[in-house]
Amino acid sequence: MIEFDRVSVTYHGAPGPVLRDVDLIIGEGELALVVGRTGAGKSTLLGAVNGLVPHFTGGTLAGRVQVAGRDTRTHKPRELADVVGVVGQDPLAGFVTDTVEEELAYGMEQLAVPADVMRKRVEETLDLLGIAELRDRPLHQLSGGQQQRVAIGSVLTAQPRILVLDEPTSALDPTAAEEVLAAITRLVHDLGVTVVLAEHRLERVVQYADTVIEVRTDGTVSSGVPAAMLATAAVAPPVVELGRLAGWDPPALSVRDARRVVGPLRQRLGTGPVPPPVRLVPRAVGATLLQARRVTVRYGDAVAVRTVDLDLHAGQVTALMGRNGSGKSSLLWALQGSGPRQGGSVTVEGTDPAAVPAAAARALVGLVPQTPADLLYLDTVADECDQADREVAGAAPLKAREVLGLLAPGIDGGAHPRDLSEGQRLALVLAVQLAAGPRVVLLDEPTRGLDYPGKRALVDILDRLAGEGRAVVIATHDVEFAAAAADRVVVMAVGDVVADGPTAEVVTASPAFAPQLAKILAPAAYLTLDQVARVLGEA
Amino acid sequence: MTSAGPARHPAPGRARLPRTLHPVAWWLWALGLATAVSRTTNPLLLALVLGVLAVVVANRRGEAPWARAFKYYLYLAVVVIVVRVAFRSVFGGDVDVVGMHVLFRLPQVPLPSWAAGVQLGGAVTLEGTMGAVYDGLRLGTLLCCLGAANALANPKRALRVLPGALYELGVAVVVSLNVAPQLVESVQRVRRARKLRGGPTRGRHALRGIAVPVLEDAFERSLMLAAAMDSRGYGRTGGASRRTRRGTVVLLLAGMVGLCTGAYGLLDGSAPGALGLPAMAAGATLCGLGLALGSRRVRRTQYRPDPWRGPEWGVVVCGLVPAVVLLAAFGAGVSALDPSTSPLSWPTLPTGPALAIVVAALAAVVAPPPVRPGRAPTVPAGAGIERDMGRLRTTGVAP
Repeated sequence: MIEFDRVSVTYHGAPGPVLRDVDLIIGEGELALVVGRTGAGKSTLLGAVNGLVPHFTGGTLAGRVQVAGRDTRTHKPRELADVVGVVGQDPLAGFVTDTVEEELAYGMEQLAVPADVMRKRVEETLDLLGIAELRDRPLHQLSGGQQQRVAIGSVLTAQPRILVLDEPTSALDPTAAEEVLAAITRLVHDLGVTVVLAEHRLERVVQYADTVIEVRTDGTVSSGVPAAMLATAAVAPPVVELGRLAGWDPPALSVRDARRVVGPLRQRLGTGPVPPPVRLVPRAVGATLLQARRVTVRYGDAVAVRTVDLDLHAGQVTALMGRNGSGKSSLLWALQGSGPRQGGSVTVEGTDPAAVPAAAARALVGLVPQTPADLLYLDTVADECDQADREVAGAAPLKAREVLGLLAPGIDGGAHPRDLSEGQRLALVLAVQLAAGPRVVLLDEPTRGLDYPGKRALVDILDRLAGEGRAVVIATHDVEFAAAAADRVVVMAVGDVVADGPTAEVVTASPAFAPQLAKILAPAAYLTLDQVARVLGEA
Repeated sequence: MTSAGPARHPAPGRARLPRTLHPVAWWLWALGLATAVSRTTNPLLLALVLGVLAVVVANRRGEAPWARAFKYYLYLAVVVIVVRVAFRSVFGGDVDVVGMHVLFRLPQVPLPSWAAGVQLGGAVTLEGTMGAVYDGLRLGTLLCCLGAANALANPKRALRVLPGALYELGVAVVVSLNVAPQLVESVQRVRRARKLRGGPTRGRHALRGIAVPVLEDAFERSLMLAAAMDSRGYGRTGGASRRTRRGTVVLLLAGMVGLCTGAYGLLDGSAPGALGLPAMAAGATLCGLGLALGSRRVRRTQYRPDPWRGPEWGVVVCGLVPAVVLLAAFGAGVSALDPSTSPLSWPTLPTGPALAIVVAALAAVVAPPPVRPGRAPTVPAGAGIERDMGRLRTTGVAP
């Protein structure tokens, strides 16, 4: 179905090729999972399937890509629209019309499908993806999961034989991501569509994949059956890492598989107490730094945060969890003082951050927003750091450049902030905010776009911040990350706090929030691989 | 009366099925009223037109965002009147005020001789002010006619009736319509973020901190949209030859000139008669030819095209009646169309034109009720109440 024949892709001005001598065959009806580190060229590989690379992105493509017998050299993306459907990360960015039904029909209108056939296919697709009740709704009013399902539907109506999905769940909460992935697997099974899927959170999809394609940082690509590929891949979900540690061959790919072979490992671990997670810098919970009482945030009639009480302590990392729209961001912005707050009080070191000027508020509470790039506007990393030092009233307690060196060593000061990886950019913005010396640090969805090594680096950064005696809050959807990074988990639902307690207690209390290791090794409350490794080492 | 949409009512014989009226019908209706408005400064007639517009908009608009736009056109009309009166007071003060009612006097600024004919300050008379009010009211009502068309017809659906040759133009408009709200959202987000960094959120210094991230964001979004459109087959069949394209452009340009001249002739009562309808007809023909030529090569289909049936004809006729009657009355020199402000007199309501304008209100009955998304089909029990509540709500917020 898809054939790569000695394909190399080089972008203008790049030192080397992004993809190097790729030979690849993806058969009809397969679900191929593309894995690799951030920036390794996964998107380039996916773009090459429908000719967006190089027709749209520029660059040179050597070799040959054939899709359903058509050469992408002679066929532009628009001429492959009836064969390949492409769904991107941000569904809203790809919508052309403004209601669900029109969006589903758009592709068919371009392909000159007769009106009666269009009508029928739209109805079928609405049912297939379970979005029939949304047909008249404006696209921007839908939830993220619904939007992504509409985006998939809008390419499906053209009846492509191949579906290319570039991290379709990266912006979604766990439930919405499940919806979308369930829809995708149903398409594979019911319609026999060939699916090429790139995904960061492998733990969700790896058990459904027929093939795993690994893109390495040097641009080479290899493919094979999932178990064999993941045994050595640079990125792997926790269940596979556990398999590597326990020496399972082939490694289990799903919690179900793992539970069937976990018996001997469980015996080796014994029934002793679970040791605390290994920290780069040991944490000690200290005094209360921030005190929030009956905080309420409203937008018109909608209550985003409903009389929430929250204490943040020095040296503690708190994960704020809950589905999209549950009020996590609103709460963080209200705590920082620059977001709206209709009721209640927030006290940091005896001061209400909302009552003082912005410059003073950021010295009390630092917030890294969901899109960190919003804070950056200069041409080089060094300029941003210098500007950050100048912005601090009085002498900066910390130089941003030094903080950055600690958080993410090895960033070139002359680099443009746009050229940094997601993780590096996050570290830069964090350094800019830390220059003001806040003792309370809030991060809104920091794991977006981070791969497993990136997340591990972020856990180390958080260890450092907590070790310095700061109170840290991370709003996140990522259960595995919360389990690894947080001491305490607060769960929000429709503006209320519904759970608040130590990480191990909260996340193991319900299957939806349990990390993979906890599910496999239940009833023992292991959260991270370090804990398992430590017990095995001692035994 | 059958519907293009899915059946949403159990008894199609008794009540009409809700559906959206063809957007072109609403535009023709509104343009008809606009033509009528351009022929009169009688405040009673103009108020009548505003009333008709409000009634029809309140009864037949949908629930989409653009349907709420009418209110803003009303505000705009008020602004127009205020500006008109202010200009008249400052620049058009009366010199010869014998027999006029002087309201107050502004200090008069002597102007150099080359500015003869322009006067700054001076006496402000009731007569002059009323003249300005009438004039402003006419322009404001004209704007409200356009506003009503915008509120009643989905502008994007209106663009879809564009022939294939103008399709690219339509898409460009659609994309910019999509990008504009995103840009606003983006500016708000970045300004909030600026505050986090303690930087200024207003003034020249903040400009770079806000403009750079916003523009980068907009640029990235546009690229993503373009990539998505390309992958979905946009522009697949647009390959017209150079000659055809050039011919299309020439024909269209000539046609547009004709249409503009015609519109000017029709809307301005003092223009020579040959400028009106004949120029309009010639322009329309040229445009039609150009579009036909350009559309030959473009192959696309339309999903659920809006049908053109009885109600569409009815609405267009409702709009044309006032246009024709007022044009005729203007030609016949009915003085009540242009009530005198000097000397001041109470305007009278001419029967013929007034009745003609009332006819336009029939569009609220002739047009089928609009589709209210997500109501009746999803809530079968009590759907009638739901709908009535919806109607109450809509009339409640009607300006």
